[in-house]
Amino acid sequence: MFLINCPYCGQRDQSEFSAGGEAHIVRPKQPTELSDDQWAEYLFMRKNIKGVQFERWNHTHGCRKWFNMVRDTSNDKIHAIYKMGEKPPIK
Amino acid sequence: MKNKYSIFSLIKNAFSYHENWQRAWRDPEPKKEYDAIIIGGGGHGLATAFYLAKKHNITNIAVIEKGWIGGGNTGRNTTIIRSNYLWDASAGLYDHALKIWEGLSQELNYNIMFSQRGVMNLAHNLQDVRDLKRRTHANRLNGIDAVWLNTEEVKEFCPIINTSPYIRYPVLGGTLQRRAGTARHDAVAWGYARGASAMGVDIIQNCEVKGIKKNGDRVEGIETTKGFIKTKKIGVVAAGHSSVIANMVDLKLPLESKPLQALVSEPVKPIIDTVVMSNAVHAYVSQSDKGELVIGAGTDAYVSYTQRGSHDVVEGTLKAILELYPIFSRMKMLRQWGGIVDICPDASPIISKTHIKGLYFNCGWGTGGFKATPGSGDLFAHTIANDEPHKLNADFNINRFVSGDLVDEHGAAAVAH
Repeated sequence: MFLINCPYCGQRDQSEFSAGGEAHIVRPKQPTELSDDQWAEYLFMRKNIKGVQFERWNHTHGCRKWFNMVRDTSNDKIHAIYKMGEKPPIK
Repeated sequence: MKNKYSIFSLIKNAFSYHENWQRAWRDPEPKKEYDAIIIGGGGHGLATAFYLAKKHNITNIAVIEKGWIGGGNTGRNTTIIRSNYLWDASAGLYDHALKIWEGLSQELNYNIMFSQRGVMNLAHNLQDVRDLKRRTHANRLNGIDAVWLNTEEVKEFCPIINTSPYIRYPVLGGTLQRRAGTARHDAVAWGYARGASAMGVDIIQNCEVKGIKKNGDRVEGIETTKGFIKTKKIGVVAAGHSSVIANMVDLKLPLESKPLQALVSEPVKPIIDTVVMSNAVHAYVSQSDKGELVIGAGTDAYVSYTQRGSHDVVEGTLKAILELYPIFSRMKMLRQWGGIVDICPDASPIISKTHIKGLYFNCGWGTGGFKATPGSGDLFAHTIANDEPHKLNADFNINRFVSGDLVDEHGAAAVAH
């Protein structure tokens, strides 16, 4: 449980938000040409990082907008928050 | 095993004020090479080593544990054991475990305090009723005991439940598996550790795995904080940290790790002699032999390795507990903790080979791994020893995420493990 600085609404309680999993997984451009392995990779396989992870969040009980977050999953410390479509501010 | 535990050893040791009990397992330094290495000294990992030694005669094994035996999820769960799963594959897997549980204290010569006090799953709406009745029928077709109870029978079986029709989620009935129950979780880890150690398995505690060495598509050994250890077979049973190990060999798993919480109350006199679970309101409760209420809460809905969990999750669970059991309204909670659980998209485990030769994974048990401990160890040992899955875990291979043959227990069984 932590506070999240929504890029649209400001600081709110984490319980207002939903986590949308790993960020920057690009939907395949040519789905019909994908092998089963590639589909599995896109749909199911995750890095599930212990440490700094890039992820998507949604302010479900607020503005309902999606945004990205860089968070350390080993201590829940948030390093950066940036809007959808923007480049990650840190690597 | 030099010292067999019995009533006679208890009497004998009483004369020396219980000061001369032998250590339950050895504490060796790692050898240079092993026939097999198990990463993770929880219940599943120790059970794997135990059955590798006992059933497959592979005794030159090390169990590598980052912390201490049973200090992870084995010592953090709510100790519930049941096998009333919906799908055939899951029913086979979990009932295999339940059958081993029934003789485990004798097999290990260690009292794991297995208590078949029954597990009751409550239904709170019409869909719950239909789902649970369907599951009861599926269980009975698979030879698993299950009965449907109406509201009056629920009240009779567990009188402290509030069965008033005027509560927010009234109790419309429930299922009961009488063979289900609980066991002392620490004792399971200790019993398996003692049994495995006596057969020659080296249990290496306070030793963290830092890397896995490969030669081509084959494993060669592991880098640890106690140096390099050579081996041809590695079984990873690292629960919430499975992805951390997998990332060492650039293997991606379909897992997300999340904190799952539990809490216990102050100890009181016996008040609930069974396990009651409610999926819809997400509350489950039993009472330990010490008298504490053992309450299971849910997972946080985001990836985290913090081993604590959020307050609002506990609050939600306790609200449901209080509505179902008004008698608990003045109980004080003593301790709360979290464990990191690795959840698969289909909420079923992975007990499988990988594309890397000699590397095996037993993971994805999510929120309900404890109940499967003996079965999981037995089947994983079979998979490692024969380089082939047993027929009971064949459906739980990692390729099901490619083929689409998921064992979808999410929302299908009583998923509040």
